[in-house]
Amino acid sequence: MALHLTPRDSGAITVVDASGRITLGDGSANLRKTIRQLVEEAHTNILLNLADVDYIDSSGIGELVSAYTAVRSKGGELKLLHLTKKVHDLLQITKLFTVFEVFSDEPAAVRSFQVT
Amino acid sequence: MTAARAVCYPYNATKIAQIRVATSWMAEETKHLQVTLETQVESVNLAEEMCLRLAEAAGFGEDECYRIGMSVREGVINAFHYGNKEKPEKKIHLAVDLTPEKMIIHVTDEGAGFILKDVPDPLAEENLLSTSGRGIFLMRAFMDEFDVVKAQTGGAEIVMSKRLPGADGAPSNGHGSGGHDAAPRQGA
Repeated sequence: MALHLTPRDSGAITVVDASGRITLGDGSANLRKTIRQLVEEAHTNILLNLADVDYIDSSGIGELVSAYTAVRSKGGELKLLHLTKKVHDLLQITKLFTVFEVFSDEPAAVRSFQVT
Repeated sequence: MTAARAVCYPYNATKIAQIRVATSWMAEETKHLQVTLETQVESVNLAEEMCLRLAEAAGFGEDECYRIGMSVREGVINAFHYGNKEKPEKKIHLAVDLTPEKMIIHVTDEGAGFILKDVPDPLAEENLLSTSGRGIFLMRAFMDEFDVVKAQTGGAEIVMSKRLPGADGAPSNGHGSGGHDAAPRQGA
């Protein structure tokens, strides 16, 4: 299943609704392209909604980390919303829960960004 | 043991059909499937899909199928990217043995090989923000047994297995020893 990414504005935050698999090939490439474009357009406070993503492989994990560092290098933040059980467990065993801020409530996630 | 060999390149429905026929000819006790894959991204999905079907047919539950599929995927990604350096003239060799006790998967590349203990630990603080290097870790976490040996091709041969549901030593709840909270047996 291809990865579909749909950015939308929520105040000063960009919420990206993701659907599909983030895996080696098109999925990872699509995520990279979307985040790169958002950063170029100065949208650096990003909430990635993974509610409809139930599969991520090591390439996809790498792409998430790459997106996180790219956004942070521009002074922004990348946070995750609505993890499925498989993705939750994957981030747990790879210790990436200690890196990403993860939310299960969108308004709370949006409020957590330090936007000036 | 009866060996059925299916050569599949590139990924297309006709070749998958050939593999299905080959597997149906297998002997009762130990079944063997061997496939040669092209060094291309599509081979990752193909290998995962084939092994998922075998795992389902062998009686593994949904969670274990996910772990087996992910491990095969990571093994082939490893062969594609690190072993064969994405060179199209090289092949990836996938073999599956289904014994009465376990499903054993071999993924062999035609690269230079590597030493398992030299693979950096992706859980180390300095590696947490690395954008690569988690494949070996995931295979170790998700499978019951995992090793890397020198292949006859000179490359690396990943050998990993999962005990069949109901086999001696297999957990009755369908969760292997390499479950979600399991750490790999050796520090990767």
